[in-house]
Amino acid sequence: MKSVVQTLVSPNVIASRRAFMGRTGTLSAVAVAMLAGKDALAQGMGGDMAKDVSILNVALGLEHEAINAYQLGAGSGLLQKPVLDVAVRFQADHKAHRDALIATIQKMGGAPVMEKKLDDYAKALKADTLRNQGDVLDLAARLELGAINAYLGVIPAFGSKDLAKVAGRLAADETMHYTILTNALGRPLPSGALSFGA
Amino acid sequence: MKVRALLTECAVLSLALVAGAHAQTGSAAKGQMIFESRCVACHSLDANRVGPALGTVVGRVAGKAPDYFYSQALSAATHVWGRDKLLAWLTNPESVVPGQAMGYRVELPEDRQDVVAYLASLSKKPAAN
Repeated sequence: MKSVVQTLVSPNVIASRRAFMGRTGTLSAVAVAMLAGKDALAQGMGGDMAKDVSILNVALGLEHEAINAYQLGAGSGLLQKPVLDVAVRFQADHKAHRDALIATIQKMGGAPVMEKKLDDYAKALKADTLRNQGDVLDLAARLELGAINAYLGVIPAFGSKDLAKVAGRLAADETMHYTILTNALGRPLPSGALSFGA
Repeated sequence: MKVRALLTECAVLSLALVAGAHAQTGSAAKGQMIFESRCVACHSLDANRVGPALGTVVGRVAGKAPDYFYSQALSAATHVWGRDKLLAWLTNPESVVPGQAMGYRVELPEDRQDVVAYLASLSKKPAAN
């Protein structure tokens, strides 16, 4: 398991200070991209606005949960390097998603859904049942797969094509996470094409 | 020759019956796979997460899962989740409860049947309607 992850993520992906700074810059770029032209977007959305904000808030709930799931994994003592570094890197991606979603929801006049306490997520995700690194990766993979399908699944529901594109970009990040996690777990590739978002 | 033709006819009829039965009730096993790959992003069976726990949704009054904070629209709902209501919900939640928060739909009718069959298999209450 360890060697697979190392092969996949070293040395280009695992966080270094330089890479971290690069990601911080990426976060800003993502947020800006999501918000670009949003004033015009808001004017054109009419009755779909509230629905779009509602969908974005569900997405934000997913990101809150993902951040806390990785926090539980990282704090469990069950993850060893370099898997731990990858988990922290993925958590950073979800934080970037969270921040961009919050900014977008606020820009659209909505109220972002609040994050719960870590203990609440631990209870809901049954963190007390995690016994080893594989358990943590399995939980993360299940959540990432669900998020992929959720993001792809809500694309048709958006009134705004720009927001639909955002959902596609979020799904792409989750797919990257899922692929690496399943590889680290030694699981096979999906059996065929078009397996996501069916 | 006649026997072979009869057997073939019986086989075709059996397949049609099975397909018809699936269309009516769905496959709980397939529904579980669909649930675990798609619904699990937001839902668990026995814990409220982004969405409410669904292990006992069949037979439950809508918007009333204990300790889950619902949208105003779903909180005000009064219907009971039976098979037909769940199928309609998975087809287009907004058509069942306007103003609700779930933007996700299950596109294929057979997938919806399977998911509802799975949820019904978890509940002690019948999914009659």
